[in-house]
Order: sequence, then structure tokens, then C-alpha cells
Amino acid sequence: MDSGGGPPGTSSSGGPQRPRSDEKHAPRRLERVRAAAAARAAKAAARTRALVRRVEQIPPPPGPFRPDFWRSPIRGPWLTSVFGLVLLVGIPLLFVTGALSYAAYNPGLGALNDQTPDKGVLGFYLFDWPTHPYWLYRLTQGVHVTLGVVLVPVVLAKLWSVIPKLFEWPPGRSAAHALERLSLLALVGGVVFEFVTGILNIQLYYVFPGSFYTLHFYGAWVFIAAFVVHVSLKLGRMTRALRSRGLAAELRTDLARTRTEPPDPDGLVPTASAAPTMTRRGAVGMVGAGSLLLLVVTAGQSIGGRLRGTALLAPHNREPGSGPNGFQINKTAAAVGINPAHVGPDWRLEIYGPGPTLVFTRTQLLAMPQQAAALPIACVEGWSTPDQHWSGLRLADLAALAGLPDAGSVLVESVQPPGPYSSVVLRGNQIHDHRSLLALHVNGADLSLDHGYPARIIVPANPGVNNTKWVHRLTFRT
Amino acid sequence: MARFVRWYGSGPLHLLVLIASFALTGYALVRLFAERPLGVAIWFVGAAIGHDLILLPLYSLADLSAQSVLRHRPERTPAVPWINYLRVPAFLSGVLLLVWFPLILNLSIPYQGDTRLPEDVYLGRWLAITAVLFGAAAIAFALKLRRVRRAARADEERPAPGHDAP
Repeated sequence: MDSGGGPPGTSSSGGPQRPRSDEKHAPRRLERVRAAAAARAAKAAARTRALVRRVEQIPPPPGPFRPDFWRSPIRGPWLTSVFGLVLLVGIPLLFVTGALSYAAYNPGLGALNDQTPDKGVLGFYLFDWPTHPYWLYRLTQGVHVTLGVVLVPVVLAKLWSVIPKLFEWPPGRSAAHALERLSLLALVGGVVFEFVTGILNIQLYYVFPGSFYTLHFYGAWVFIAAFVVHVSLKLGRMTRALRSRGLAAELRTDLARTRTEPPDPDGLVPTASAAPTMTRRGAVGMVGAGSLLLLVVTAGQSIGGRLRGTALLAPHNREPGSGPNGFQINKTAAAVGINPAHVGPDWRLEIYGPGPTLVFTRTQLLAMPQQAAALPIACVEGWSTPDQHWSGLRLADLAALAGLPDAGSVLVESVQPPGPYSSVVLRGNQIHDHRSLLALHVNGADLSLDHGYPARIIVPANPGVNNTKWVHRLTFRT
Repeated sequence: MARFVRWYGSGPLHLLVLIASFALTGYALVRLFAERPLGVAIWFVGAAIGHDLILLPLYSLADLSAQSVLRHRPERTPAVPWINYLRVPAFLSGVLLLVWFPLILNLSIPYQGDTRLPEDVYLGRWLAITAVLFGAAAIAFALKLRRVRRAARADEERPAPGHDAP
């Protein structure tokens, strides 16, 4: 059946020809080899199948590997799918806002801005980060961090609902099954790794092995690769499970009428169920209450104003002071080691461009026409401030002074000791936005030392750490 | 195709999707492991193990122990399902601790110096929230108990048998 056309070696021309001996024997030999190979393959297949059967017949070890170990009557495809559906919306939103945050740092402008220079194709989507709307980064990063915190109970519930799958027996039924389980290691390891590194980082608890940016960025790609596979393999099952029980009916079912779901091929439904102690409504409600509670004790730090105080457990839930400079600080002057001599009366602003170097004292800068802009500070850690009223010199005007009115970028250097973000590169669109300032005042007062006295950058929609404080040198480039 | 399915255990599309995913995983993993590979591997695998083999068994065990320890009390009054009055506040207080433990337990060393905010408020706040959660659960349970007892007394006082509640 597997011979394609006519046997090889037969002549296409009319009359019989005397075939040469090897031509005559070749097809037969080939057939013999093929038959032998097929027999060997069949034998090997039979042997493999027998081995698999034998492995399958090994009784599962006691404990969690036995199906009767798992007894919760509400475990099953429907409950798993409810949590899965929430994550199907939430996780892509987390991934996209996270990817946007990476773009917001403008890593394309060079090593100073880029914490992951060997990203390769993973930076394929990068684009020039805009300055409109000015609250863009405040929104995307506030959503990223707050949503991440709020989804913790849902992730926990989802993992709880599928825990019997971890102890499936036999561990690998087929190559497909084994590969899928390997992918699940990346999925579960990835989701916990991403949530843990993110949540520790926003609390400045730097115990993870390496730079947060590197770990969280590459970890996200490991996780999302497994997430996409998981969704594509399970989406059909999820929709079927969700259709199998109406949400409204399930939310009306009380404890007395809570029953197990019909047996499922995945083995989530217990074979020996205990008496129910909680309805599915109760389980979904408890997880929802957990998310709501986390939202309440977290979101205020990204909203600010009177709501900041409601973020009872979030890191930036109180103002560090009062008055014009009383708003949130990412890093104080003392924390980064600012030398008071560098920001005293001897401080100068140096401006480099194609022409001669310009040097200004702060008094000279204050004598120039001052411009104003109302812009927030928004941190990668998710917290932000409402708009602050900044005034100072437009970056566009300083670029013109330097002899480069169409500057394509500017290198901003701080007096702070060398380290991450002691200097940064801003792009042309950021320089030319009329709200981008080298600020000298905030809310009608001199900048405080912790907010970057004598001068700091403030650019709309810029991640907070790129609004360099204690600026002493600007180098405009084409 | 049928032979492939028998050998592999699923359709060719399954294999293609998985290979594509593993290739991307490999690409990112090489970069993730570029520095301190052992530490990162421990954190990555430890994340899965830490949840599946430590956190989940611990809270499951706590839940089962609470049920079995408190189940065998002599009941003079009608039994009222009570476990959720313990489970819900414990879960809520637990997820708050799980997310915000570095601040609650005062573990973040640079926090105070970086932000000019004192860190010692968080433990008190978490304890206060926990007290409110368990207090609310206690009040809810007390109300439930009173309702059930009243209903039971009303049943006892009802003269004729055969009219008991459904």
C-alpha cells in the first residue's frame, strides 16, 4: 500500500529489455529491507506499548497520587474555568502593561536606559514612548501593579483548583502529555516567579537573585510562552465547562444542594468526595472578597489625594511631609548619597551642544523666563502623585540655547554617584513637548533637596526614575 | 496522521504549538540565566515547589485540622455549619500577609531611608484589619447561632408533632 507509483527500474520504452542484474534485484532488496524495518518498528512499537501498559498498571504511590486523596466536592472544571476566565482577562492585561512599561524607559536610546541590553528579538515591539496623554505612564503602571496585587487570590484559587493534576499518575501517559506537563512547570513556576518578584520589588525587598528588571522582564517571556500554550490547549475545555453550569444558577445554589460535577477526563472532580463545607458561590465570593480587600488596601497609593490614606498596607500610603514639597519621594538625597557640596552655592548647570559649553548658576537660570507645567510623578513601583505644579526652563528652549533647536536626544546627568539612573537619555519628542521642563520650583516653592534641588527633569508620561533629580549637565545631540 | 497521534499522543498541531513555545522559553531562559544561573533556577523552580508543595499543603492541613479538632465538641445546641466563619477571615487576613509581609514584618531595609516614610506602622495595621475581620466573623456567627437557636426553641414549643420544619 505504501508503493507510490510503478516499481522502479521498469523501463518506460516499449519492448522488453535485458535488465542489468543490479537493476533487477534492487527493488526486491529494497522491499526486503523495508519489510524488515517495518517488522522491527512494529516490534519496537509493541514493546513500547507493553512498557507503557506496564507502567500504567503500576498502582499509584499512596497519598496525593491516588485519586481518592482529593476530596473537595466543589473542585471541578466549572470552578477552575471561572478562575481561569478571570486570569484570561487579567494576565494579558498585566503582560501588555508590563511590556509598555519597558517601552516607556526608551531602552532603544542606549545602554543608560536599557536594563536588559541582550533582549534581542524580545524588544521587537519597542516604539518611541509618547508624551501624550501626560498621565499615560501613571495609568499603565498603576494598573500593572494594582492589578497584579489584586489577582493574587485568583492565582492562588486557580492553582488550588487544579492541584490534583500535579500528582497525576502515571506522570507521563504519552510524549504529548509529558511535553505538556513540562510546559506547565514553566507556567506555574513562571506565574509565581513573576508575582513574587513584582510584589517584593514594590516593597523594596530586594532579595531576589539579580536585577529586578532582568528577572521580571525575561521571566515574563518564559511565563507568557507557557501561558499562550495553556490557553490554546484549554480554551475549548474552559468554554465547555463554563457552559455546563449557568453562573446565575450556581450563585443561587446553597450548601445543601452543592454536588460534585460529573466526572471529567482531567480528574479534577473527586472520585470520593467529602461532604461540602462551602458552596461554589462561597468559594468564588471568598476569592472575590480577597481581591476586593487587596484593591482597597492598595489602590489609593496610585490615586493619591484623600484616597492615599486608604491604601492601608501599600508602601506609598502616607505623605512624607507637608507643604509644597510634601509629596512622594522615590529616593531621598541621603539614600543615593548626594554630596551637599555638589548641590550648594557652587552648583552649576552645564549645557553641551555643537557650540561652546554654557554654564549657568541657579540665580542666572531663575532670571530667565520661567515656564509652568502640571505633571504627576509616576513610579515603576505603581504609586504615583496627582499633578504637581512645576516651573522652570523648557527643555526645548535649552536645546535652542545649546544651538540644537531640533535636538534628537539629550543626555541628562545628575550629581548623584554613578549607579542605575544617575543619568538618562531623553528622546526628541520628550525634549520638544512644551511641558517638559528642567524644573527649579514645585508648587510655588524651591525644590526640596529630596525632590532634586537645585534642578530636576520633569517630562510628561515619563517613568519617575527617568525624571532625573539633581541635574548638573545636559548634553544635546542631533 | 492516525499513526502520529498513536505515537505522540495528540495531534501534530499540539506538537507544533509546544515546540514554538519551548523555543521562545529557551530564548528567554538563556537570558534569564545569563547571570547567577543557579540562584535564578532555584527561585524559578522554587516558586513552583514553594506554592504546590509547601504553601498549599500547609493551608490545606490547617483547614483540615481546624475542622477535625473543633468538630468533636459535645453539641448541646443544634449544629451550625461554622467552618466558613473561621475560614473566610483567615483567608482574607492570610492573603494580606502573603502579599505585604515584607512591610508588615519590617523586612525592607532601604524602605525608610528611600521614601522618608516609617515602616513600623504596617504590623499594627495588619493586626487591626485581622481583628476587624475575625470580629466581624464572630458577630456574624453569633447572629447566626441566635437565629438557629430561636428557630429550634420555636420548634420545641410547637405543640403538635408532624409540623416540623422542612
